[in-house]
Amino acid sequence: MTAFLEMTNVSKVFSAGIIRRQHTVAVDDVTMTIDEESPSILAVAGESGSGKTTLARLLLGVIPPSSGEVIYRGQSVDDLSRAQRRTYLREIQPIFQDPFESYNPFYKVDHVLTVPAKKFQLSESKQETTRLIEEALDMVGLQPAETLGRFPHQLSGGQRQRVMVARAMLLRPRLIVADEPVSMVDASLRATILESIRRMKQELGISVVYITHDLTTAYQIADNILVMYKGSVVEAGSVEQVIRDPQHPYTQLLVSSIPQPDPSLPWGAEAEIAGDPESMAVAATGCKFVERCPVAFDPCRGQRPPLYHEHPSRAAACFRYNDSPELEGENLDLVFEPQLTSQAASGSEDPAAN
Amino acid sequence: MKNGAVLTVNDLRVYYDTPAGTVKAVDGVSFDLRPGERLGLVGESGSGKSTMALALMRMHKPPARIAGGEVLLDGVGDVMELDDEGLRRIRLDRLALVPQGAMNSLNPVMRIRDQLADGIRTHEPGDDRDALTARIRAQLARVGLDADVGGKFPHELSGGMKQRVAIAIGTSLSPSVIIADEPTSALDVVVQRQVMETLRSVQEEIGASVLIVGHDMGLMAQIADRMGVMYAGKLVELAPVHDLFTNPQHPYTRLLIESVPTLMAKRALASIPGAPPTLINVPPGCPFHPRCPRAFEPCDSEVPLPMSQNGRVVSCHLYPEEAA
Ligand SMILES: Nc1ncnc2c1ncn2[C@@H]1O[C@H](COP(=O)(O)OP(=O)(O)OP(=O)(O)O)[C@@H](O)[C@H]1O
Ligand SMILES: Nc1ncnc2c1ncn2[C@@H]1O[C@H](COP(=O)(O)OP(=O)(O)OP(=O)(O)O)[C@@H](O)[C@H]1O
Ligand code: SF4
Ligand SMILES: [Mg+2]
Ligand SMILES: [Mg+2]
Repeated sequence: MTAFLEMTNVSKVFSAGIIRRQHTVAVDDVTMTIDEESPSILAVAGESGSGKTTLARLLLGVIPPSSGEVIYRGQSVDDLSRAQRRTYLREIQPIFQDPFESYNPFYKVDHVLTVPAKKFQLSESKQETTRLIEEALDMVGLQPAETLGRFPHQLSGGQRQRVMVARAMLLRPRLIVADEPVSMVDASLRATILESIRRMKQELGISVVYITHDLTTAYQIADNILVMYKGSVVEAGSVEQVIRDPQHPYTQLLVSSIPQPDPSLPWGAEAEIAGDPESMAVAATGCKFVERCPVAFDPCRGQRPPLYHEHPSRAAACFRYNDSPELEGENLDLVFEPQLTSQAASGSEDPAAN
Repeated sequence: MKNGAVLTVNDLRVYYDTPAGTVKAVDGVSFDLRPGERLGLVGESGSGKSTMALALMRMHKPPARIAGGEVLLDGVGDVMELDDEGLRRIRLDRLALVPQGAMNSLNPVMRIRDQLADGIRTHEPGDDRDALTARIRAQLARVGLDADVGGKFPHELSGGMKQRVAIAIGTSLSPSVIIADEPTSALDVVVQRQVMETLRSVQEEIGASVLIVGHDMGLMAQIADRMGVMYAGKLVELAPVHDLFTNPQHPYTRLLIESVPTLMAKRALASIPGAPPTLINVPPGCPFHPRCPRAFEPCDSEVPLPMSQNGRVVSCHLYPEEAA
């Protein structure tokens, strides 16, 4: 195994407010590896505001962690040389959540494709660049002739989103960090785009971090999933285990809230949604979910539940599983597929040999 | 107004004039919005849904132009004929829009409470500060946000929270028609359900009708009373939600529903073969014919007209004769 990108105990705390400073722990102690040799698709799900985008920005090096380290090919992202940073920026491509923010309204959409193509010297000739761009647009169901030459506001929401997907594909990175890449496209196109992302993994060995609210597509294309709640990983493992048989009460709520494309089925098992989920204060101690949890019991108010390794490919941070061993080092690699050797999975001292 | 509809859209056409040609983004769409109903609008990405949502309020911008048709608002008349003053009066008050990507239209340097106050003040001048504060608080609570969110700036909120603020702004004056363009595509399913419940309760409280544009077929199945399906600028099918899901008539609707994945079995995601059409050169005849598995002789030359039967409207040469 060659660790491509690692997070070791990464946390991010935001402070807001001038008089009364409020601290938001947007990402709380995440440890995981993205492997070079066994590419995989990792879905990241969870509440709105649970830290998914923050996690993506940490992986992309857009913001520094408050504690812990993001390690690229054996070296902390903070200490990369200029040359290393350049390859890092090329090898990890983002698809931002918000297709509106990613564009400069004064440039034609071509700009977001040609600039990186030039910057990273994708090809020898201009014709070749054009061909690559057209091919990438084609993969996301856009007609080059109708897309190029337009300004961002002249495209529909879904078209803009697809240009960003095409851009990421164009650069043939090692890792794509896609934040809600298909939230604004129809079901058929969603399938087309996700299938091409899956093909990129299979044929080109590109790993993908797929941030989404759509657990159904996560189930279909991802190998593994990580579920976040108020900054913490509450459950992680293979999609088969986590989505089909969720253990954490929050994941259970999430899965049961998936609206079914069948009007005769009710929406969700629980009728009542307790409290005000997004802005509910997090208790200083105890489980972050305790105020909403239907099965909370005594220990839940005392301490933060650690991740319990209650199934070979799944861990849940919930005291109901406290007779299972704790997940060693809270290292998510231990529950992700394909399972890496334990030595490799914990070996961040093995600087990625190239 | 005819048949008691709140909003009647007749043969609406919205075109974009571009150097490459005319983009017929909305091309002869007709439907009505009934009192208190939730009408879902789905369809191909780029098929004209947002263009129509904006045009219904005359909020489209050049090079878009209304190339024909009327939009009759109950008690007001044709929205397409209103002058600026008339438009200003109905917006927010009668017709409210929560635009696609609304969360990005929030002013980045203004606190949330001031943005909410803005909308309220333009329509209800007066400066009872306490009443205004209470209104804002209630409005935030309506979309499930704490009062202290009012003191924050947009960048301090998650995408989902911003989207809920946008919904709060849109419904602040209790309009009779709410047009929501992908109101929850940035939210997790738990919050989605909460926002939709909220929209439902606001709607019941004020008796509003809602036009919801979206891509999430699951969400639509759960929330809509009737559903419209757009393809290449045309409304190809309109039916009660149950009928649409159990017995889709237009081949595009059928394939769209088939491409919705489920949690049942893990398999390759199915999509509709062929490329989405270009709206500059819309295929002649039925715009779906190049991709349609059931296309037959008239399809590539004659435009299918909307045919109405049993509360369903379908634009397909197969309908209603060969109704499955
Ligand atoms: N720049 C910032 N300053 C202050 N707080 C921030 C900042 N960015 C994010 N946050 C806070 O961090 C938390 C996590 O936000 P993040 O955007 O990562 O959530 P998310 O899971 O991506 O949500 P969504 O599903 O709504 O996109 C939220 O409480 C948010 O308000
Ligand atoms: N300003 C513009 N100039 C030219 N064409 C435009 C302009 N704005 C939109 N279009 C085109 O009009 C068509 C309809 O766009 P619209 O945004 O209404 O689609 P939509 O159905 O809302 O799509 P989505 O589901 O992706 O949001 C698209 O093909 C788009 O490219
Ligand atoms: S730890 Fe307790 S409160 Fe938290 S999810 Fe589990 S049972 Fe519920
Ligand atoms: Mg986000
Ligand atoms: Mg749209």
